[in-house]
Amino acid sequence: MTSPSVTSPVLELRNLVVEFVTRHGTLRALDGISFSIAPGEVLGVVGESGAGKSLTGAAVIGLLEPPGRIASGEVLLAGQRIDHLPIEELRHIRGKRIGTIFQDPLTSLDPLYRVGEQLIETIRTHLPVSEQEARARAIALLAEVGIPAPEKRIDGYPHEFSGGMRQRVVIALALAAEPELIIADEPTTALDVSVQAQIIAVLKKLCRERGTAVMLITHDMGVIAETADRVAVMYAGRVIEIGPVRDVVKSPKHPYAKGLMGSIPALDERPERLLQIEGAMPRLNAIPQGCSFHPRCPHVMPRCHEARPVLATVGAGQVACFLHEVGQ
Amino acid sequence: MSAKPMVSVTHARKVFDVSQPWLERVLSGQDKQMLVAVDDVSFTIKKGETFALVGESGSGKSTVARMVTGLLPASSGTFSIDHVPLDPEHGYPLALRRRLQMIFQDPYASLDPRWRVGQIIAEPMKAFGLASNKDEERARVSQLLKLVGLDPADAVKFPHQFSGGQRQRIAIARALASDADVIVCDEPTSALDVSVQAQILNLMKDLQRDLGLTLLFISHNLAVVRYMADVIGVMYLGRLVEVARVETLFAQPRHPYTRMLLDAVPDLAMTGRSRQPVQGEVPNPISPPSGCTFHPRCPLANARCQTEIPLMVDGVACHAVQENRKA
Repeated sequence: MTSPSVTSPVLELRNLVVEFVTRHGTLRALDGISFSIAPGEVLGVVGESGAGKSLTGAAVIGLLEPPGRIASGEVLLAGQRIDHLPIEELRHIRGKRIGTIFQDPLTSLDPLYRVGEQLIETIRTHLPVSEQEARARAIALLAEVGIPAPEKRIDGYPHEFSGGMRQRVVIALALAAEPELIIADEPTTALDVSVQAQIIAVLKKLCRERGTAVMLITHDMGVIAETADRVAVMYAGRVIEIGPVRDVVKSPKHPYAKGLMGSIPALDERPERLLQIEGAMPRLNAIPQGCSFHPRCPHVMPRCHEARPVLATVGAGQVACFLHEVGQ
Repeated sequence: MSAKPMVSVTHARKVFDVSQPWLERVLSGQDKQMLVAVDDVSFTIKKGETFALVGESGSGKSTVARMVTGLLPASSGTFSIDHVPLDPEHGYPLALRRRLQMIFQDPYASLDPRWRVGQIIAEPMKAFGLASNKDEERARVSQLLKLVGLDPADAVKFPHQFSGGQRQRIAIARALASDADVIVCDEPTSALDVSVQAQILNLMKDLQRDLGLTLLFISHNLAVVRYMADVIGVMYLGRLVEVARVETLFAQPRHPYTRMLLDAVPDLAMTGRSRQPVQGEVPNPISPPSGCTFHPRCPLANARCQTEIPLMVDGVACHAVQENRKA
């Protein structure tokens, strides 16, 4: 295995711009996304529908659906650019160096193949091992993700597994080739709460043990609060706040992040009213001038209509808002 | 707390026939397969209060909601709204039907895409003969749209011109159009983003306070239920396992399943704290475990739990709680 130097992040995005060219003009879906994930770190990416969370994940693994394309910016995996690689090379990186976990475990598994066959195929595609070795490895992986009696279950078909067990198989598949990075897109959204907790515990434990970096995309702030080390909050195709999970969840700085956290009902207290942000996220073809949040912002200033705030360091994190500009 | 029960459900039971088609069954020598979706569910809701049913997928909460509204005939059990019983043959009397409305989970599916919003909201008024002429109807639609935070000018638009949250507002306006005072809400915010969910939950609370609505609120989200409910019923595999007032349930959950569920929910306040790992998954309801259906996952289960179904005593259906068993 190539070991990157201690300081270099596993994944780094530099000013990533994704555009969709349509008959009605070019829509900018991601507008200058920059962040990095260190080895063993879990970065939570949160935001509401249409914020661009999943698109960011798709852009990293080169699975943007046309007419979507990376218009500018760079994606670096362990210091090496991967956004302009030919499809063949990228396909090799996907699965080997980047594992993926999607929302619906039933559609991530082929219903016609036994889970063992799918695991063995993945292992043998990426690692030089024999059929027997791959099978032993697959059984070990299934045991690691908490599937009881893995030596029997390995010959089961996906439909014979429950939702939670299927998602465990998907995690085993994602880990099969010892990737450096895992992109988990809403991995627990389709599951019941009691199963959610189990899946998160498995994912967290395995990544900590192996030092795998995780980009965890979800709209569920509870999952993020519990799993992530750092959080990036997205709004209308931009990162508007990024920082350590404690800061972002407990004392968010950006007015949108504040509204988002305040609008989530809590388990330990019952407020008279939930904080509410008026309006809804703008559509891609109608992103406002200036700060894209200004029409909904309770602290809007004249500047916000014209200029777009960039991420600036505030405390341990970064915030893109004129309210928090230092030295103003 | 002397308010009379507005909604009353006793021993509700629903069995679905999930057998193979007759010929296949005969050829393969299988028996009929029955799925008991809801069994022995009883509760009452006081006037002006919110009763929430929570539980995981397949626990039967939506089936209860549909039986209460009369949309789904019950296998057995009695239902009444404001002391008017539901007739198993003919449903509720017309005069009562006006007072009972439902809000569904998916506002993209519950509004007819070919109807204008004004028509959608006016339909219950037409059905129950509540407006004497067009002007009155139009005035009432405008009033309802304002009530749910939309513009009266929106009446001429079609549902596709609205976002998910706005559509749910339209569904609420429609539910209120017939002056309903009992509203059954089946996961009304599950399809919405959190900031929009906050808007809808706040709106529903305001309307309940202003109009004195009685709500049956179905949700899988415990935090949402904590915000909305006065009384909570926890369901597991078709049975109510615990019923308690909201403060009591969250402060002192008694049934082992309720405790497990509360432990399992990821919460903002829990940053850094790792959760109690929950064991096992919800069993297949076609062949549920014997006795207390929760016993295979329960840390307090013993031989009695494997054979005897616990009855609801004092708000909780659990042998371990009744015997004061400790882990």
